[in-house]
Formats: sequence, C-alpha cells, structure tokens
Amino acid sequence: MRPFAYERATDVRDAIERVVGDPEAVFLAGGTNLVDHMKLGVRAPERLVDVRRVAFGGVEERPHGGVRIGAGVSNGELAAHPVIREGYPALSRALLAGASGQLRNLATTGGNLLQRTRCVYYQDATTPCNKRDPGSGCSALTGYTRYHAILGASDECVAVHPSDMAVALVALDAVVEVAGPQGSRELAVADLFRSPGNEPQRDTVLDHGELITAVLLPELPLARRSTYLKIRDRASYAFALVSIAAGVELDASGRIAALRIALGGVAHRPWRALRAEAALRGTVPHADAFSAAADAELADARPLADNGFKVPMARRAVIDVLTRLTERP
Amino acid sequence: MRSEITITVDGGRRAVSVDTRTTLLDLLREHLDCRAPKKGCDHGQCGSCTVLLDGRRVITCLALAVSYDGSEIVTAEGLGADGELHPMQKAFLEQDGFQCGYCTPGQICSAIGMLDELAAGWPSHVAEDLAAAPQLDDAEIRERMSGNLCRCGAYVNIVAAIREAGT
Repeated sequence: MRPFAYERATDVRDAIERVVGDPEAVFLAGGTNLVDHMKLGVRAPERLVDVRRVAFGGVEERPHGGVRIGAGVSNGELAAHPVIREGYPALSRALLAGASGQLRNLATTGGNLLQRTRCVYYQDATTPCNKRDPGSGCSALTGYTRYHAILGASDECVAVHPSDMAVALVALDAVVEVAGPQGSRELAVADLFRSPGNEPQRDTVLDHGELITAVLLPELPLARRSTYLKIRDRASYAFALVSIAAGVELDASGRIAALRIALGGVAHRPWRALRAEAALRGTVPHADAFSAAADAELADARPLADNGFKVPMARRAVIDVLTRLTERP
Repeated sequence: MRSEITITVDGGRRAVSVDTRTTLLDLLREHLDCRAPKKGCDHGQCGSCTVLLDGRRVITCLALAVSYDGSEIVTAEGLGADGELHPMQKAFLEQDGFQCGYCTPGQICSAIGMLDELAAGWPSHVAEDLAAAPQLDDAEIRERMSGNLCRCGAYVNIVAAIREAGT
C-alpha cells in the first residue's frame, strides 16, 4: 500500500478544507470499501481525511415530517432504528440484506452511498478497466458477466452499483445533504449516481471536496407499505444478482394511488423503474399488469453473454414484490 | 508515515507508534502480541478477524489502526475472567463447535456481539416482522453469523454452541 498522510477532521468545514485543495486527498469513514481497494492497489490516495468522529447527527425525526439520518450512522444502527423499521421498512430490509453484521457495524450511511460502483475486473489491478484506468479498455465485455449490468451501461463500463441501501433510498425518494466549499446543497439520491457513459471513472455527480453530511427521508405514505427483495447466489452475505425496492399506496377503491420502484444489480446506478411506475399508477393491482409493466421497464435491457437470466429474474421480482405489497391489508 | 495512538486491548492500555497503513488486525497480531484475531482473507470476507470494538462486533482487517485511537477492544483472548472461560467459549467446547480452530476466535467474538444485538431487538434479514422481538432460532443464528466462514464446515455444531450459550 502506498504511504499516506492521515488526518482527523474536527468538523464538516475542517474536513472539506483538508480535501478540497488536494486532488490526492480523500475522505475516510468506515473504510470497508476504501481500505480494501487500497490494499488491492486499485486506489492510492496520498492523504486520508478521517470523518468518522465528525458529529453528523443521528437518526432524527424532523418537525415537519420525514427523518434526517446523519452520514456517520452505521448501517447496523440504521437498520435497527425503530423509526426506520416502522416508517421505512424497505430501507431497514435493504440494509439487513447487505454485507455482514460485522461490516454493517463499521460501514456508515455516507460511505455506503460512496462505495465504488465496481466489478471484479475493477478490483484486479492487472486487468484493463476504464473505471480504474480511463481509456485502458473494459475486461468485463469479453470476460465473465454474470454479475454485470443489463440496463444503462455503455461500451466502456458494465459494472453495477453494489449497494442495497441506495436502491431502497431511491425508491423512498430520499435526498442527500451535501456540504462543499461553496456551502450546502441537496439532491435526490436518484440523481447522485451517474450512468457510466464515456466517463465510467465517475460514479457520482459530487465534486472533489464535497461531503455527504446526511440522508433525508421525506414523509411518504407509500414508504410504510414498502419492502426490499434481494436475489443472490447464496442465502446471505452476497451481492445481488437482482434486487428490488418498492412502495405502494392504495386508494379507497383498491387502485394504486402511488408507487415507486427501484431495481438493484442491473445498472451502474440504482435503477428507478419509471416506465413500470407509469404503467401501473391508477390501475387495479393484477399480476398480468405487473408483468406488462416490468416488460415495459426491461424493454431496453441489453444482456451480456452470461447475464441474460437477469431479465426474467427482474420481471419475476417485480411481480412478486408488487403482488405482496398490494395483497396485504 | 507514523502516528502515535493509545488503545485498550483486553483490559490493558497500550501506547504504540504505528505506520498509518497498519490495520487494526495487524496492530493486534504483529505489534501487540495478541494473536487471537486471525488473518483469513484480509479483505472483509471471512470474519476470522472479528473482535468487539467499544462493545460492537467488527472485522479488523479493513479498519485502520490510527482511526481507532482511544478505542477499547476485546478479543477472544480477553473474554474469560478469573481463569474461567466465557460461556460462549465453554459452549463451543461442549458442542464441538470447531475442527481446525482457525475461525473460532472470530466466531466466538461475533456470536457474543450478535447475541447483544439480538437482545437489543435488532432485526435480521430473516425476520418475518421487523417490529417483532427477534427469537434465537437456528435460522436467525445462521443469518446473523453469515459473516463468519468456517472452511472445515463445522457450522452445525457452531449453531448448536451459540444456541446453547444464548438460551
């Protein structure tokens, strides 16, 4: 591992000042992704600015509805928080489906969002990878693609975003609070992540020196009737092949008044299923309608050599989750 | 580059100068002569380096030691008191919860941290109802312990040991 300077930030302003002027500086939180990548030699920052002890705040209900989650709240604490379990079950379930108990106790809310979109080739420094080394080529395109993208990829990168939490946050219309040298801004989690295009080295729209300080969950009736389904090669402790977070609100007549759907394991970013949502809004819940809506969403899917199974898997996941969410009293 | 840190390990305060690249695992094993936490994968995938950090179970191979200045660590070596094994250690012996023993210190620390999480009402992936108080059944143990691999495949007896110690 390349030697690096280590500095502990005292507060948000201090953290940003230490990083913004140094292109070789990065923020460190739980470290479960960054330190792993430094060991693998795929990342080699010269300066780590540790924000683990910065007071970002805990999980707090907001006076006018919704919840603020400080960026340093661990994935383990967040999954178990009563307010999240009760009001945003998809988020709790997504967190519990991710990593292991020991990792969830280290990993933070902000760090989970900023883990790299990646694949096995990104993590193998001996292979070409446009994300790790722009312009070097994509090893996955001619390699093993079981775990890669079927939607929104480019011919430069077909990696998928590995976070379960982020998929739930997109479905729950969450917002990130970001601090930077020019002040703070808020943006939807859905807009935080990028499609790879011809700049696969950039996972998010954040500028160097910008720091996620919190995640904001809106007051959202459909969030109470939300869940997360993850399909993977092992029963536990594995990345998703396909996952789905969804929330539904039914009106008095039993029609779908509101719904939000996001898919994981299929794209470089959590994939908001806007077409499926539009097809189902205002309709009477029915398995055939769910299937047709999923087909509409997946019409542009471009499977690779080894992941054609993800298309029917995603369709069945949509049908399964929407059936469960609309059957419950 | 080096940094001075102070850390409490199994009840003893230790002041040490570390290269900033040193992980908590390497600090314990190579600098503080505490070899209970084991280096398995060294990439956060196997759980054999699990300890209790300020009371919570964590892996130590992806944690930089400098970041944990002032923390309190308990390893499998520090669990017993007055020459007595911890009840979880006894249960692993009684239920034959290991073969080669390499993953065992991590399994035991993880199991103790896991039981604390369960007692605090933390749900798991296998919970039918997120609001209900979790019960210690085999499905819960298996799910909550999925971050600890055992390449001997002693899982059946590991589950039995944790069930015994936890009930």
